[in-house]
Amino acid sequence: MSVITAIKLKKRTSRWSELVRRLEHGDVIFRLLTLAAGMLVILAAIGIGFELWQNSARPRAEFGFDFLVGTNWDPVIEDFGALPFLYGTLQTSLFSLLIAVPIGLGIAIFLTELAPDWLLQPVGFVVELLAAVPSVIFGLWGLFVFVPVVVKPFAQFLNGTLGWLPIFEGPVFGPSRLAATLILSIMVLPTLVAISRDVFLAIPPSQREGALGLGATRWEMITQNLIPYGLSGILGAVILALGRAMGETIAVTMVIGNNLDLSASLLHPGYTMASLIANEFTEATTDMYREALILIGFVLFGLTLLVNIIARLLVWRVARRIPTESRA
Amino acid sequence: MQSSLLSVTQNDQRLNYRRRQAVNQVMLGLCGVAALIAILPLAWILLYVVQRGYGSLNLDFFTQLPTPVGVAGGGVFNAIVGSAMVVGLACLMAIPVSLIAAFYVYERPNTLLGTLIRFSTDVLSGVPSIIMGIFAYTVIVLTQGHFSALSGGFALAIIMTPIALRTTEEMLKLVPKTLREGSLALGAADWRTLLQVMLPAAISGVITGIMLGVARVAGEAAPMLFTAFGNPFFSAALDQPIATLPHQVYVYAISPYKDWQDKAWATALVLIALVLSLEVVARGVTSWQQRKLRGR
Amino acid sequence: MTQNQIKVPEAPSIGAMLKTSIVGLQANNDQVNSFKVQVKNLNFYYGSFRALADISLGFPENQITAIIGPSGCGKSTLIRTLNRMSDLVPRARVEGQVLLDNENINTSDVDVVNIRRRVGMVFQRPNPFPKSIYDNVTYGPRLLGVRNKKVLDEIVEKSLRGAALWDEVKDKLHESGLALSGGQQQRLCIARMVAVEPEVVLMDEPCSALDPVATIKIEDLMRTLRNNYTIVIVTHNMQQAARVSDYTAMMMMRPDRAGEMIEFNQTRTIFTNPHDKCTEDYVTGRFG
Repeated sequence: MSVITAIKLKKRTSRWSELVRRLEHGDVIFRLLTLAAGMLVILAAIGIGFELWQNSARPRAEFGFDFLVGTNWDPVIEDFGALPFLYGTLQTSLFSLLIAVPIGLGIAIFLTELAPDWLLQPVGFVVELLAAVPSVIFGLWGLFVFVPVVVKPFAQFLNGTLGWLPIFEGPVFGPSRLAATLILSIMVLPTLVAISRDVFLAIPPSQREGALGLGATRWEMITQNLIPYGLSGILGAVILALGRAMGETIAVTMVIGNNLDLSASLLHPGYTMASLIANEFTEATTDMYREALILIGFVLFGLTLLVNIIARLLVWRVARRIPTESRA
Repeated sequence: MQSSLLSVTQNDQRLNYRRRQAVNQVMLGLCGVAALIAILPLAWILLYVVQRGYGSLNLDFFTQLPTPVGVAGGGVFNAIVGSAMVVGLACLMAIPVSLIAAFYVYERPNTLLGTLIRFSTDVLSGVPSIIMGIFAYTVIVLTQGHFSALSGGFALAIIMTPIALRTTEEMLKLVPKTLREGSLALGAADWRTLLQVMLPAAISGVITGIMLGVARVAGEAAPMLFTAFGNPFFSAALDQPIATLPHQVYVYAISPYKDWQDKAWATALVLIALVLSLEVVARGVTSWQQRKLRGR
Repeated sequence: MTQNQIKVPEAPSIGAMLKTSIVGLQANNDQVNSFKVQVKNLNFYYGSFRALADISLGFPENQITAIIGPSGCGKSTLIRTLNRMSDLVPRARVEGQVLLDNENINTSDVDVVNIRRRVGMVFQRPNPFPKSIYDNVTYGPRLLGVRNKKVLDEIVEKSLRGAALWDEVKDKLHESGLALSGGQQQRLCIARMVAVEPEVVLMDEPCSALDPVATIKIEDLMRTLRNNYTIVIVTHNMQQAARVSDYTAMMMMRPDRAGEMIEFNQTRTIFTNPHDKCTEDYVTGRFG
């Protein structure tokens, strides 16, 4: 017997005993357990898409891609189109970002660049608490307080001064896409603030010193150095907030007025995909009706998934880029 | 001194200068205003909910069942029990999975599967809660043929998992590497190290992660609409429709009756007190925990 | 603000000696026409901790002054008060006078932004902006309102030449400043600063992150820049101070950990014939 086979033999037995030892210690079982739990998480993510797809076969067969552009939603004659809801979702979420992004960035800038130490914790805490307020309470407050006290007078003002613009066309309603937009802009603030604050904090102080040392004002430093530096991270925050706004359900359902409407006006009541599902799902008596709602859910899922993937990639890119740059 | 390329007259420069300074002052001021704007809605909501809800709160509100429209008194005992049950179910399902999956991600962050789990976690945390409701509906309600507490718990569990998983992973990462190496060097098995050394070191952080998850899902009304469904009567059965606090707020709020709307505020007060106190405690413990671990 | 309120008992000999050395310089040395920047009775506090104690000295115009001393003695803190970068330090308080062309810049009503343009700064680690080389250099001029493309081009060329970088980058002006080597990045930062035509140039250990070859280049550059600017350099490298500077200020940490000025003189004198025992120990490497 050669030396080599002897070594091989020994190796084999040692590998075997290693396996036995590991089994005895429970590591293998534990590893399998963690693997299984991890797989469950992946499975859940895939399962959601799969279930929504599986359970919306009828309307997909019936309407095909026309579902996305159909403007009618009539359960009685089973004619279903998603356009008014797509429109409502996109309009309210995009306009809410228009309001929330400057404010959110302003807060993040205030927190990272301006606030004295003792203010950091309290303001940060308030933003976190804002994130914790349940959606239904935003809705309740919106319905009984915010809409009559703020939104309606504001809508009347907009209609009075800028009524010639299609988006501020009358007549003025209380519950409206404007109401949803404003509520959403409050609700997405925490997401925006939390992420863009982290982005600003990750920018090396040497960048700030460089700019200020050249005689830039603080504001010039912020707009010409910090924001370009963290742009992809900030964009990620914005898009993530967009995802939040598109999927927000209960608060929007309570203040948007729930009305099929394809006019440009923000002041009219509207409907979003999420609020449609919330309103009608339990009333859906036929399979076709229910599956049409699930298909709406699938469209919403697809949209938020897309938005989230884009946002995560952007945020990840920033996280990866920062260490390489500080090496320079 | 060399000839200047920086052009323009002294006067132009002074004007440019003043403009820059003015812009700076105004914009920085606006950032401060933005911070105030964040505080305003929170304060308004909290004050209003307390003001409107406080009057209707009494012992009965916590111990009685809802009364029909027009009948005074009554409470939300069923919704409190229901919320506890549904959230408890969610915890039972979500905590083991997210804890154990977090170990996997912590141990193998850069493997394909680790990345995939992280990515799935991110995807899950971005999916609207109403979609989770539909998922629970198709998986449980459709197969069983009726609404149930179980399906509500399932929906909430999926919402909770990414939150708990992420915090657990972050907390494990904060535990000093030396602690782990020390245990492994003594010949302890991986799983013993994780469970008996790492987990205890990170436990308060993990618990806060779970609390944050609970706070988040306890306020969810959207997925309850067609899973737990709501129930005006008392039920503690897994396979029956069940009332929950956020859903009860919703039902009361959109009703046209004044006395139900009043009850919406009272229920909202109970809910928000519950959620915010969980949140406050959890945040407090987190910052304490991080200070403790980082200070080491 | 202008007068230090807390008087800490101090060794009279050092203060007295410092005064004599400055006065002596002014009287005896005809090279020193005037002090471009002067510091008088400067005290610096981080919260309640005093980091600089009663610093007084002057920086001669169109000369290179090196500030040396063991680490932690407040060299960087001192240099940062000269263009008010010290404002960025939380809970910091500066008492005393910093005179730029005999005008006190350490007052609350002074225009900090303008001061920082007039007193440029180069930092320990090169910190180019993640923009193109061209945009790095034009950053300052654009802030000042220069929009004309031709003028900007001219500024870029002149500044890069001034920083001895033009020949190396003239063909890749629109590539990222981060793509350059460390030494080139530092020279880009110098060019960026030169572009706003400062009067004083502060350098806070500008070569500490660079290799020897890059260091030599920066030192050569400093000698050229000296013709147009008043240069103050903080360095922990004794040889560097000896090589490049005309004057040297020696700082030390007192027992209460506040930094103080020990000796200020021509570099030649400091390195060959220091008046102070501590300085002698330090420059000969017996200490620190």
